[in-house]
Amino acid sequence: MVDPIKVYPPKPSKVYFYGTCLVDMFYPDAGMAGIQLLEREGIEVIFPENQTCCGQPAYTSGYHDEARAVAKAQLGLFPEDWPIVVPSGSCGGMMRKHYPALFKDTGDDVKAAEIAGRVWELTDFLLNVCHIKLEDLGEPTTVAMHTSCSARREMGVAEVGPKLLGQLSNVNLVEQVRTEECCGFGGTFAIRHPEISGAMVSEKVDAIVDTGAKDFVTTDCGCLMNIAGYAEKNRKPLEGQHILSFLWERTSAKKGERS
Amino acid sequence: MSETAHQSPHHIDVKEFHPRAQAAIHNPKIRQNFRKAMDGLMSKRKSAFEGWDLETLRDLGANIRLRALANLPDLLEQLEEKLTENGIKVHWALDSDEACRIVRDICVARDAKSVIKGKSMVSEEMELNHYLEGQGIEALESDLGEYIVQLAGETPSHIIMPAIHKNTGEISELMHEKTGTDLSHDVEYLTAAARQQLREKFMNADVGVSGVNFAVAETGTLCLVENEGNGRMTTTVPPCHIAVTGIEKVVPNLEDVTALMALLTRSATGQHITTYFNMISGPRKADEMDGPEEVHLVLVDNGRSSIYQDDELLDTLRCIRCGACMNHCPVYTRVGGHTYGTTYPGPIGKILMPHLIGLDEGRHLPTASSLCGACGEVCPVKIPIPDLLVRLRQESVDGDKLHPARVTGHGAKRGAMEAMIWKGWSWMHAHPGAYRFGTNMAARFRMLQPGQIGGWTQYRTAPKLAPKTLHEKLKERGQ
Repeated sequence: MVDPIKVYPPKPSKVYFYGTCLVDMFYPDAGMAGIQLLEREGIEVIFPENQTCCGQPAYTSGYHDEARAVAKAQLGLFPEDWPIVVPSGSCGGMMRKHYPALFKDTGDDVKAAEIAGRVWELTDFLLNVCHIKLEDLGEPTTVAMHTSCSARREMGVAEVGPKLLGQLSNVNLVEQVRTEECCGFGGTFAIRHPEISGAMVSEKVDAIVDTGAKDFVTTDCGCLMNIAGYAEKNRKPLEGQHILSFLWERTSAKKGERS
Repeated sequence: MSETAHQSPHHIDVKEFHPRAQAAIHNPKIRQNFRKAMDGLMSKRKSAFEGWDLETLRDLGANIRLRALANLPDLLEQLEEKLTENGIKVHWALDSDEACRIVRDICVARDAKSVIKGKSMVSEEMELNHYLEGQGIEALESDLGEYIVQLAGETPSHIIMPAIHKNTGEISELMHEKTGTDLSHDVEYLTAAARQQLREKFMNADVGVSGVNFAVAETGTLCLVENEGNGRMTTTVPPCHIAVTGIEKVVPNLEDVTALMALLTRSATGQHITTYFNMISGPRKADEMDGPEEVHLVLVDNGRSSIYQDDELLDTLRCIRCGACMNHCPVYTRVGGHTYGTTYPGPIGKILMPHLIGLDEGRHLPTASSLCGACGEVCPVKIPIPDLLVRLRQESVDGDKLHPARVTGHGAKRGAMEAMIWKGWSWMHAHPGAYRFGTNMAARFRMLQPGQIGGWTQYRTAPKLAPKTLHEKLKERGQ
């Protein structure tokens, strides 16, 4: 499932930014943070306006004709040979790992494979392509991190988040028990099997709270929505943020905006 | 055995997954038993592979299984030929019923009244105990876990550790009630008591039934892995031994077994080797002191050859039944094996059972996963379980005209309303103008967003739409 060897491209002058529908509607600040981090690295960011969704919700629900129609509408958005960066392991995984299968036996299979080969999860891209160096301007704090299962297992970027956070001199990263375990989101799984999903997220929240951290960061908005939503409903002392928002806030002059 | 009420898996409605899951989630004892057991198994597996190049070993395991499957028809013929040469009688069974009848006929021919059994998941698949009881033949499980489960009138809740859902206290009470042992939390005492109860049965059984871990085509050898010695007793003490196996368990050479064994025991229980490794190559020879007079192998198809026809689903047959996918599955850990209502529970069950029972019965199985990928990550033979779950989800709603479904009962989960929602969703996301208009409006009127969203808000607050979409923010910025 994980690429045995990842061949990172040299740092480009331009990238395509694929925002994802969850970022677009619920966490646009995470998208803005990602774009600003890239721009600070001297990269021009192109945001194809006609982007909508990668098609994953329908794909994992088994509605492949419907997923293909949506995914096909994305295939024409990246005409130049620039990397496509995605602020999500899950949507990145869909495009990188599943587009070739989705377009198998269609006239678009070559194009899908070509695009899949250019897709990067954004934190991975910042660390391993941009070789970003972060200067921490924030107050001392303790955070926990949850890496989404698709970021961890499909995109193979589990080490990336902790490495980026490790560059921040005032951030103490703590690890929860069973850090590798799924938070229970799983897209429509959370709706189809609410009790099981609820049990999973409750244990995940307890594990994070037990670290003593009041804040956590994630690579994916689905996990963020799930973990933070559970904490809020059950009045647990825990707040969440997309890792890109956190990195941008800590390293840009606009300190303390969130608190 | 009359006091032991056997419960046929057929009495469990697979479709009732949801209420059973709910009950298990709210059962603190089940939750605790499984969490503790799975945590232990995960850490044991991890330490068992320390110092190994696990990825290379998994590649090797996957390739051995793929190579075997690529030549499956030839290997099975070779196996039959070699086994026959060795004096083992080979029988072919198309389905469970035929497999059960074959076992019965062998028993009847020997006038056998009692069968002692080693652990075998295929015999669970066949519901062999239930069938034999109906034929007036006693069938007693001799694996400790299976014995406990049989005493309780249950089915195994894990393929390697059948009684893992019970803690020592529960087992003690069960044995006290069913066999009159003292109530005790002393595991040594309980084990010794069970051993005593079983020992006599071993000596007097007419037939021993076992499973098979690997069948080696080149030499005609049946390999059997076990820890308790009951497998060795089952296959050597009674005058007749019947091994049952799925047709996929064949491997070309003895060398292949070495790598698969290294993966199997470490993945399953975190052991470097098992206590016993039996290699059965024939009945007792004239100059030998012990061993059965006759040995049979029943090769069971039961839907396997139909999986074999499909390039993708074929991967299911790589499985070496280690149970690591269950041990690492966050869903299995929460609900336990019985919730699935299937012979094989957990991730492997979700991709295997639809072939055995059809998607009309097993329609909920492929959805009961967050697709977290933990199962695929630990599978020693690299079965792409999450991909196969997605494939079966597609079949369960008949959601792909390009790649039509193959499993029986396909389309059983398709609901008119759900299909319409996905059609509408698809249209909107395939039309960027409509998408932008829709999302802009949603952001504008976010105060009207529903506070309750089905199962989601049962445990969480509703997600909050941002005042402006990323599209809008970037447009303002001039991008």
